[in-house]
Amino acid sequence: MKAVITGVGMDKVGIFYRVTQILAEKNVNVEDISQTILQGYFTMMMLVDLSRMTCDFSQLKDQLESLEKEIGLSVRIQREEIFNYMQSI
Amino acid sequence: MVLNNNIYETIRMIEKEKLDIRTITMGISLMDCINSSAGEACRRIYDKITRFACDLVKVGNEIENEYGIPIINKRISVTPIALIAAASGEDHYGEYAKALDDAAKEVGVNFIGGFSALVHKGFAKGDKILIESIPSALQETERVCSSVNVANSKAGINMDAVKLMGKIIKQTAYLTRDRDSLGCAKLVVFANAVEDNPFMAGAYHGAGEPETVINVGVSGPGVVKCALEKVKGEPLQIVAENIKKTAFKITRAGQLVGNEVSKRLGIPFGILDLSLAPTPAIGDSVARILEEMGLEACGAHGTTAALALLNDAVKKGGIMASSSVGGLSGAFIPVSEDEGMIAAVKNGALTFDKLEAMTSVCSVGLDMIAIPGDTSESTISAIIADEAAIGVINNKTTAVRVIPVYGKNVGDTAEFGGLLGYAPIMPVNPFSAEEFVNRGGRIPAPVHSFKN
Repeated sequence: MKAVITGVGMDKVGIFYRVTQILAEKNVNVEDISQTILQGYFTMMMLVDLSRMTCDFSQLKDQLESLEKEIGLSVRIQREEIFNYMQSI
Repeated sequence: MVLNNNIYETIRMIEKEKLDIRTITMGISLMDCINSSAGEACRRIYDKITRFACDLVKVGNEIENEYGIPIINKRISVTPIALIAAASGEDHYGEYAKALDDAAKEVGVNFIGGFSALVHKGFAKGDKILIESIPSALQETERVCSSVNVANSKAGINMDAVKLMGKIIKQTAYLTRDRDSLGCAKLVVFANAVEDNPFMAGAYHGAGEPETVINVGVSGPGVVKCALEKVKGEPLQIVAENIKKTAFKITRAGQLVGNEVSKRLGIPFGILDLSLAPTPAIGDSVARILEEMGLEACGAHGTTAALALLNDAVKKGGIMASSSVGGLSGAFIPVSEDEGMIAAVKNGALTFDKLEAMTSVCSVGLDMIAIPGDTSESTISAIIADEAAIGVINNKTTAVRVIPVYGKNVGDTAEFGGLLGYAPIMPVNPFSAEEFVNRGGRIPAPVHSFKN
């Protein structure tokens, strides 16, 4: 099972570190990454593999969403199929 | 990896443009609950619904969480109760409505549809009793929805039923007068009702349906409107093309969710209803789509043409996206549930007669229209007859869900709350149709029904 993680927030030191730290702790592998700074806002997108994840989906989601409070990064995680399904036949 | 732009587009559709799955509706057959004892039948009904639907809300929430797409309602439709209760010998089916309501509360769904009767060609014993039970059943229950099919293209219009429904709607309005006659918002009178419609208040599980089934209703007026903002001033075939593409994407999201719910619950996936269903929230309005096409206000001359284009393009996009399109599939025009419609009624652009014209090209009918509380039974019956005629002649589903709000008149507003919204009371034609309605009998099926 794969998922797409997207995040937007003010750019600061250590944003990627915190996101990937959570993913590593849960044994989630990052397969693709893109990031850019748009008018001072950090925006990132990741494709991750959840097949060997050591927690359940909602725990991972809660932890990623808690980054909004911690470092001001608004993070969403959604299963990849929703994007594939809506954008291609 | 999917292109970044596509990912951002999907997220924008969900977050900014209010794309959602409007409803997952589980259809459950109650045929095996029929019993000569009403008490026993109701116990079986309660047990069966709570057994099959116990995980419906949980699974819906899980999928919403994982895919990040809101699933607004989880609902249940059941076999028309007139068929189930007829064996009981009871002269009132309130107990059945109560059993449905209790089961709905137990499993946590917000509506349960199927307190229904199909009387397009005549009344069977249970049908009459069920219809007479509707007003008090809707008064005494919270989540039960009721529908009556009074006409279809093969049988014509049962004018005795049409006459009766005028009385039933007025009684329901009176019994729920303390809540702006809310009971009528849960009662639909159909022509050409469909057996697999997932949308309330008209959902029921038809006799030709399987034991259990998952039907999904998608929505997304906001997404369509935003897509049209990008083609301002372009010719209408470009508008149609744009709506089609958008409907495709919306439908695909519904198809994915439907498949997933079906897999997790172990219940077959029935149909996807790709209706554009508005809500009273800003940015979730069908009227605003029509205005985006270039009308000053919904209801202006040109509205029927714009709605016809919209309805057809939505169907075309959706059919490409899913192999099992069904239900009503098109654009809904419920007045109280659409912020743009409410505004158009308030500023005088949208009238009752224009709404009637619009129903000849939309996917359902006169929906969630508040009318004066002193509107006569025969006028309501005549409204139903007009609407049924449009459905029967054009081979389409039409429906009437009008609310004669007790004690209120033109200039007042009725408040229904939540997704049901609020509505300014609209004037109806003051001239009488009483003699016409009192004739009763049947309007024969149209000549083009003799296809065989």
